[in-house]
Amino acid sequence: MNDFLIILEGSLVAVSCGLLGVYLILRKMAMVGDAISHAVLPGIVIAYLVAQSRSSFFTLLGAAMFGLLTTFMIELFYKKARIQSDASIGITFTWLFAIGVILVSAFSGNVDLDQECVLYGDIAYVPFDTLYLFSMDLGPAPVWLQAINLVAILIMLRVGHRGFLITSFDPSFSSGLGIKTDTWHYVLMGAVSFTVVLSFNAVGAILVVAFLVVPPATAYLISKQVETMMAYTVLFGILSAVMGFYLATWWNASISGAMAVAAGILFVLVFAAKMLFVRQQKKESMALVELKSS
Amino acid sequence: MGGNFTWVMIGCALIGAGASAVGVFSFLRKQALVGDAVAHALLPGVVLAFMVTGQKDIWILFPGAFVAGWLGLLSIDFISKYSKIKSDTAIAIVLTVFFAVGIVLLTHVQQSNYGNQSGLEAFLFGKAAAMLPADITLFVVVDTALILLIVLTYRYLKLYSFDPDFAKAIGLPVKGIQFILSSLTVLAVASGIQAVGVVLMAALIITPAAAARFFTGRLSHMIILAMIIGIVSSMMGVYISSLAEGMPTGPWIVMVMSIIAIMAFIFAPGKGMLQRSIKRKAHQQKVRRENLLKLFYSLEEKNEEQFFSRPQLLRSRRFRGRELELLLNKLTGKGLLFREENRYGLTDHGRSEATRVVRLHRLWELYLNERMNIAPDHVHHDAEAIEHIITPELEHMLLKDLDYPELDPHSSEIPGIKDMKR
Repeated sequence: MNDFLIILEGSLVAVSCGLLGVYLILRKMAMVGDAISHAVLPGIVIAYLVAQSRSSFFTLLGAAMFGLLTTFMIELFYKKARIQSDASIGITFTWLFAIGVILVSAFSGNVDLDQECVLYGDIAYVPFDTLYLFSMDLGPAPVWLQAINLVAILIMLRVGHRGFLITSFDPSFSSGLGIKTDTWHYVLMGAVSFTVVLSFNAVGAILVVAFLVVPPATAYLISKQVETMMAYTVLFGILSAVMGFYLATWWNASISGAMAVAAGILFVLVFAAKMLFVRQQKKESMALVELKSS
Repeated sequence: MGGNFTWVMIGCALIGAGASAVGVFSFLRKQALVGDAVAHALLPGVVLAFMVTGQKDIWILFPGAFVAGWLGLLSIDFISKYSKIKSDTAIAIVLTVFFAVGIVLLTHVQQSNYGNQSGLEAFLFGKAAAMLPADITLFVVVDTALILLIVLTYRYLKLYSFDPDFAKAIGLPVKGIQFILSSLTVLAVASGIQAVGVVLMAALIITPAAAARFFTGRLSHMIILAMIIGIVSSMMGVYISSLAEGMPTGPWIVMVMSIIAIMAFIFAPGKGMLQRSIKRKAHQQKVRRENLLKLFYSLEEKNEEQFFSRPQLLRSRRFRGRELELLLNKLTGKGLLFREENRYGLTDHGRSEATRVVRLHRLWELYLNERMNIAPDHVHHDAEAIEHIITPELEHMLLKDLDYPELDPHSSEIPGIKDMKR
C-alpha cells in the first residue's frame, strides 16, 4: 500500500508539473520554472516558521507568493534595469535561494527542514503524513492536496487552454486582439509556483524542475500538436514515477532522484529513437531521389 | 577563527576572483545560465570519482568534476543542435537530469557501505569552513591557470565575445576559442563548488559580471571590477558566516554579492535605475513645457490674440488633473509666460522658445516629406517626438539641406527663417 501511495504521489507531481511545463517550454520559459522552484524556498521556510506545520493550505499559498515575487523581480531587472534576461533570472533565483538556505540554517532548531530535504524532498515519508477527518483515516494529506491541485490545473487548462496557447505562440498578435497577455502570464506563473510549493515535500526544490521540464521536452520531440504533447507528457510523467520508484528500491537510493533520472532515461531513449528515425527517412528520400534521376 | 580562518578567506577570495573573471565572458555571450547547468552537472562526476577511488582528496574529485562538467556542456549543445528543443529547455534538462543522477549516486553511497563518505554532501551547498591548505594549493593552481589563459588569449576572447561572426569571417580559430571559453567556465565552476556548492555556483559567475556592467563598457575594466566584487563579497561572506555557529558560507557570499549587485542596479551613475528615471522625468517635464509653449504659439497664429484663459487652453489640448496649472506657474516663474488677471501670454523670451520648437517641428515634417517621401498627413506624429530632441547643430544641417525653406508640407509658415535669411 505504501509503495502504491509513493508511486501515486510521484505520478501526481509529475502530471501536474508536466502539464504546466508544456506551456513553459512553448513559451521558452523553462529556466523561469527553474528559477521559481529555487526561489520559493524562503517562502516555504517562513511559512513553516509561522504555521509550524508542513501542509496547511494557507501557508502554502503564502509560500507560493514568493514564486510570483520571483517573476516580478525578473521582469523588474529585465525591463527597468535593462539586464539581459538570462542574467536577471540567474541573479534573482540564486539570491532568493541563498536567503532560503540561510533561513534554514538560522532556524534549524525551529523548522522541521534540513538541507537534504530542500534538495530532494522525502517522498518516502509521504504515506505517514495522514489526514484525519472526524478521527477517520483518510489517507496521506500530501496526496490529497496534490490530487486537488491536479484537478484545479485540469479545470484551468480546460477553461484557459486557448488563451494560454495564443499568448504562448504569438504574444503581440494576441495583445493586438485585446487579450491580456500579462494576466495569462501571471496566472500560469502563479499555478507553477503553487504546484512547486506543493511538490516541495515530496521531491524538494531542485528535482521538481526535472518534472517540470523533462517529460514535456520528451513529448515535444515526438508531437506536432499541443494536445498530443500533453497526452505524451502525462504518459512519460507516470512512466518516470513508476520506473523511478523501482529503480530506487532496487539500487537503494533517493526515490525522487531516481524518478528524475528515469525521466532523463526516457528522454535519451526518445531522443535517440527520433534521431535514428530521421536518419532513416533521409536515407529513404535520398534513395527515392536517386531512383527518379536514374 | 585563527590560522584556518585565514586559509578559508584566501581560498574563497581566489575562487571568487576566478569565477567572476570567467563570468564576464559568459555574461557577454548571454550564456550566464550555462554556468548554472555546468555547476549542477558536476555532481555526478564528483560522486563517481569518489566511488571509483574511494578517496575524497580534492585532487582526485576535481578531474571527475571537470569531465562531468564538460559532458554537461556538450549535451546542451548536442540537444539544441540535433532537435527542435530550444537552448533554454536544453539547459534545464541537462541541469536537472545530471543533478538527479548525482543525487541518486550520492544517496546510494550514503545508504550503502562505502567507507568514509561523509563530507561529500558538502558539494551541494559548499563547506568553505572545512577547507584545507591542500585545497588552497589547487585553487592557486587553477586560478593562476585561468587568469593566464585569459591574459594570453585576451584579444581573441574579446573579439569573439562581441562579434563571433566577424571573428569567424577574418579566419580566427572560432572552435578553438569556444573550446577555451568552455574550459574556462568548467574550470572556474569546478574549483568553486567546494566553497559555495553546486546550487549557488551560478551566482559567482553571473552576479559580479552583471554588477560590473553597470559601471563600465570596457571589457578589461569590466573583468577587473567583477573580480574585485567577487573577492570582496567572498571575503565578507566568509567573515559574516564565521560570526554565528553553523552559518553556511556559500549562501552568505551569494547574499553579499547580490546586495552589491542590486545596489549597482539602482544607484550606479549613468546606467542605474535611479538616474535613468530622473533623466526620464526631466525629459518628460521638458516635453510638457515645450508643448505648452507651442500651444500658445499656435493659438496666437489662429486667433490673433495674445492672452488666453485656462478654459481656452484646456479646450485645445488635454491636460491631466493639475498639470496645466503647475506648468503655467512654472513657465511664469521662468519668465517664459506672463499673467494678466486670469489670462496668460508669451513673453518675448517665451515666444522665441516657442518659435524654435515650432520651427523644428515644421522643419522635420518638411524633411520627412521631401527627403524620405512620406506623405504630408503622416509626418506630424514623428515630428511631435523629435522636436524636443533636435540639437542646434542638427537644426543647422536641416536648414542647409532644405535650403532655408519658408513653408512646411501643410503650407504653414516655418517661423524664424526669414530673419535668418536676412
